[in-house]
Amino acid sequence: MRVESNAPQGDGHHEGHNGDREDNLHGAPNDRSASEHAVAPDGLTDARGTSVSRRVLLTGAAGVAAGALVSVLPGAAVGQGGTSAGASTPPPAPSRVPADPGSMLGAPTSAQGMRAAAVNPARVPVGAVSGSSRSPLGELTGTITPSDLHFERHHAGVPALDAATHRLVIHGLVDRPMEFSVDDIRRLPQVSRTYFIECSGNGRAPFKSPKPETTAQAAAGMTSNTEWTGVPLATLFREVGVKREASWFLAEGADACHMTRSVPVEKGWEDAMVVWAQNGEPLRPAQGYPLRLLLPGWEGNINLKWLRRLELGTQPWMTRWETSVYTDPLLGDTARQFSFVIDAKSVITSPSFPDVIGTRGWRPVTGLAWSGRGRIARVEVSTDGGASWHDAELSGTPQPKAHVRFQYMWNWRGEEALLLSRATDETGQVQPTRTALIDVRGPGTDYHFNAIVGWRVQPDGAVFYHGTT
Amino acid sequence: MRRHLSSAALVLLAAGCNSPAADGDQSPAASAAPAVPAALATFERYDAAAVPGGPGPGKRYALGTAASTSVIARWNTDVGAQGTELPPGKGSVGEGSALYTSLCASCHGVGGVGGIAPNPPLVGRDSSAEGFRFARDPQLTKTIGNYWPYATTLFDYIKRAMPLATPGSLTDSQVYALTAYLLAANQVIADTTTLDADALRAVRMPYRDRFVRDDRTGGPGVR
Repeated sequence: MRVESNAPQGDGHHEGHNGDREDNLHGAPNDRSASEHAVAPDGLTDARGTSVSRRVLLTGAAGVAAGALVSVLPGAAVGQGGTSAGASTPPPAPSRVPADPGSMLGAPTSAQGMRAAAVNPARVPVGAVSGSSRSPLGELTGTITPSDLHFERHHAGVPALDAATHRLVIHGLVDRPMEFSVDDIRRLPQVSRTYFIECSGNGRAPFKSPKPETTAQAAAGMTSNTEWTGVPLATLFREVGVKREASWFLAEGADACHMTRSVPVEKGWEDAMVVWAQNGEPLRPAQGYPLRLLLPGWEGNINLKWLRRLELGTQPWMTRWETSVYTDPLLGDTARQFSFVIDAKSVITSPSFPDVIGTRGWRPVTGLAWSGRGRIARVEVSTDGGASWHDAELSGTPQPKAHVRFQYMWNWRGEEALLLSRATDETGQVQPTRTALIDVRGPGTDYHFNAIVGWRVQPDGAVFYHGTT
Repeated sequence: MRRHLSSAALVLLAAGCNSPAADGDQSPAASAAPAVPAALATFERYDAAAVPGGPGPGKRYALGTAASTSVIARWNTDVGAQGTELPPGKGSVGEGSALYTSLCASCHGVGGVGGIAPNPPLVGRDSSAEGFRFARDPQLTKTIGNYWPYATTLFDYIKRAMPLATPGSLTDSQVYALTAYLLAANQVIADTTTLDADALRAVRMPYRDRFVRDDRTGGPGVR
C-alpha cells in the first residue's frame, strides 16, 4: 500500500540573490485531506489490513498534506499518486472496477493514451515562476522516466516558443557564423542516447535537515533518465568551423532570464548534443522545446533549455549562474566553481516512505544508481544500517551517464531494519556518507548531495527516510 | 586536446568509421571497454559527414544560413568578467536608488535586504558573514557584497533577466544606475559614484579570489 505524500520537502533550489529560493515554498500540495483518506474513499478496503489508516493518520498528524487512494488489488503494492493542484491533468475520478470487466464492451481506441485510472504518478510543482518539480521515483520502475514525469527546473518560467521561427545562432571564434533553424538541425544526421539529468540541488532539504516523512521523490526526484535525440554538438562545431583558439563557449536560452552558462569547448567535442526530441517525440516545453543543449553527466542547469545561441570564446563569462549560484562553498573559505560533474550516487526507490510493508517474506530492495563520470560499476545494499554490505544485481548493462536499476532480494522477517545503498562508479568513486561529505565540504555545502541515504523499516512494516548516514 | 585534432586527423579517423553504424569508433582505446562500445559514449571522433549517403568524411552538410551581423548583435549582449563588452551609458547611485524603489523593492525588499519569499537579500555585509565562511556556517546569508565575484556580470544579469516579468525593458543607463545602487548598498563603491563602462570595469569585488576551480576528479576519496 502506498500513501502518496506531497510533503514540501524543498529540495528545489536555493539560489542566492534573486527570486529563486523555492526550497522553502510550499507548493499548494494536495486538495485531498488526510481525514478523507482515513475514511478510505469509495469504501474500499485494503486487502492487507489496518496499517494503512494508521499511516495516513500519522502523516496527517505530522501536518503533511497527503493524498491517498486505496488499491483494490489484493497484495499488490500499486503506486498511487496524489495530484498537486498545479499539475496539468486533473486527478481522475475514483474508478470502480466492475465485478466482471469481461462481461461488457470495453473502451474504444483513443488519440492519445492515458494512464490507468488507478495509476496517477505526479510531480510536485514548487514555485510559480522560478520553480521545480520532482519525478515520483517511488512510483516508477525500470530506468526510463516518462517524459511528462521528468523533473523540471526553470529560472523564469517555461517560454512559449515556435519551432518554425526559433533559431540557433553560433558565432564568436568560428570560421562561419551560422544561424540554424530547427528544421536545419533535424536534417543533420541524428543520434539517440540515454542519459540522466540531475539537478545539482537534488536532495538539498533532506540532506540539510533529514526528516522521516520524506518520499523518494522528495529525497532524490530531481534526477530523471530519458532517451534524447538530436545532433552531436561536434557536428555543429564542424559545420561552423570552430577555431582552434576557442576554449570556452557560452550557451544562452530564449527564456525570460536568457539564462547563460559557460562550457569548456572540450565537452562540446566529447559528448555534448543539441537535442530536439525526448523518448521518441519532440521535446516538451518544460524540457526545452524546441532545442536543448545536453551535456551528459553534468549538473542539470547547464543542460540549457530553449537554446538560442552559442558563442565561442577563450574564457568563461562568469555569468550569475556560475558564480553567485551553482557554486559550492568549501572549508578553507572558498567556493568551488564550475562543478559540472555529477558524483556517483544511488537511492533505493522501493521500499520507501510512505510504504507500509504488509507482508513478511521476500521482496526486492530496488533503486537507481548513476554517475556523471561514466558507468556505474557496483551497487551494494545493506539491510543493517551499513554493518554489512552485499552486492546488488545491476539490471542490464550499465550505460555511461545513465541511470541503472539495481536490486537485492531481501527476506524480511519482521525485524527492524535499515536499508542503505552505496554506488561505485567506473572511476572507483564510492558514494560517501553524509558525515563524510560534511567533514570534507562543511555543513554549508550547497550542491552535489550524493550522500548514502536509505530507509528505516519498523517492525510494523512502516518505512521512513533515513538521511543521517 | 580534442579541439586540437587537425582536420587531416579527423579525416583519417573518420575514414575508419564507414561501418553501417557510421558512428562506430574503432580505435584501440575505445575497444578497451568491451561491455559497451565506447563509441556510443563520445563524439570526439564522430563525423556526421561519414554517415552512409552523406557527403563523405571531413565534408560539411552546409545546412543553415550565414548569420548576419545584425542577427548576432540582436542577442549578443553578454558582458563577461573583463567587461570589454560593456555598452555606452552611465548611471549614478542616486538614480539607481530611485529606480530600485519603483522597480525592484516589491520583490527584493526596501534597501535590498530581502523581500517576498523566496527572494533572498541582495544587500548585506553582516560582519559574521565576512571572511567567506559559508561552508562552515549554513546560516550565513549570501549577498552581492559577499558572494559575487565580478561587478561587470551584475550589469549582465540585470540587463538580461530583470525585472523578472519585463526583462529587457531597462535602458543601459538604467542598468548602470541599478548596478551602482546595489554595489553602493553593499559597501563596494561610494554613494556618490556614477558608473559607466570604464568605472564599472575598475570595480573589484571583495571576495573575487575566493572562487576556485573544481578539483574533483573521480576515483576514491571525497573532495
